[in-house]
Amino acid sequence: MREPQPYDDIPGTTVFDAERSRQGYYLNQFCMSLMKAENRTRFKADEAAYLKEWPMSEAQREVVLTRDWNGMIALGGNIYFLAKLFSTDGHSFQHVAAVMTGSSQEHYAKMMLAGGRTPVGNRFTSEWKSRG
Amino acid sequence: MAKIIGGLATSHVPAIGAAIDNGRTTEPYWQPVFAGYDFAKHYIQQVRPDVLILVYNDHASAFSLELIPTFALGCAAEFVPADEGWGPRPVPTVIGEPELAAHLAQCLILDEFDLTIVNQMAVDHGLTVPLSLVYGQPQAWPVKVIPLAVNVVQYPPPLGRRCLNLGRAIARAVASYPQDLKVMVWGTGGMSHQLQGPRAGLINKEFDLRFMDLLEHEPEAAAAISHVEFLRESGSEGIELVMWLIMRGALDRKVREVRRFYHVPASNTAVGHLILENAGN
Repeated sequence: MREPQPYDDIPGTTVFDAERSRQGYYLNQFCMSLMKAENRTRFKADEAAYLKEWPMSEAQREVVLTRDWNGMIALGGNIYFLAKLFSTDGHSFQHVAAVMTGSSQEHYAKMMLAGGRTPVGNRFTSEWKSRG
Repeated sequence: MAKIIGGLATSHVPAIGAAIDNGRTTEPYWQPVFAGYDFAKHYIQQVRPDVLILVYNDHASAFSLELIPTFALGCAAEFVPADEGWGPRPVPTVIGEPELAAHLAQCLILDEFDLTIVNQMAVDHGLTVPLSLVYGQPQAWPVKVIPLAVNVVQYPPPLGRRCLNLGRAIARAVASYPQDLKVMVWGTGGMSHQLQGPRAGLINKEFDLRFMDLLEHEPEAAAAISHVEFLRESGSEGIELVMWLIMRGALDRKVREVRRFYHVPASNTAVGHLILENAGN
């Protein structure tokens, strides 16, 4: 049971706090294992079998197999650990960032070149309303 | 006596390292980023620090979730570039300064900063990209480096105020070291960026420029920025900016801005860079 946190309402943002780190421990440590070439080879040969070696939930295995990046984040994945997985797939941070935002990499790259995603409307619903 | 001769801040985006390593620095996308560091390249040849205390964060390279030190001081004689999953960056081994590092560890812990002492550690792009930006591609790094790794991967990182005060304690510790050494403190990471979730790509130029202003002239105000404000305003990874406060704390109350550079984007990130010198109290 998660305790409410003051950052829970930041739109489109999952803060990797101690509770999520606990939840995602094996998901992230699995990703970490892909730092070694021999593990990458074994994983690529049979992803499902490799994942069975890690005491992850079935839901966590499923989001890995389907490369549901937002799903992995929701189940305790941290982007720096997930980077080991998308690097194994041959993808860049920008590619996966685009996927997570639901846009094409081309569109995302254009947005970044134009100055990035504006904070306006992306802070949280009341946009620091309490500050007046 | 050892002396802190200044501070430098810079983002440490991995794609910048890849652009350097793959010879792409003159491409139109990257040229403005690297041009922004031409000044630093000349400056460093003028001031020639003997040692850098380089504040950075590890990105699940040396530290997995098995061990998450909030502050980890690299006391080893050398630090090899980490294999971040696609082979280590083709950069020289980072040479430490174990005697000064041991002095720092002793002083800082007795000054109530309970650092983790690390005698073996690979260093990832967080540390080597800033070195490459400023020193280029030498056969050997012409400076010794004491890595100070800060946890900013698992929330919460240390508070801004804690970081500012750690910097002040570093200044005291350096000042009490008997050997004549020119020490520079670097704070890395930031500026605004978010790498994850539907809000990925967030950039907040207004926040970033204000942060640089506050850091220089009102460091207490910069240190008072709450974690939730960093998350909301500068993105979930923008909170790395707390590391710049360690650099700032190591300088005098009054500083002179020698260099400021700001550019969007490098991959997903706003690039910010400062060089500060002490201006006396």
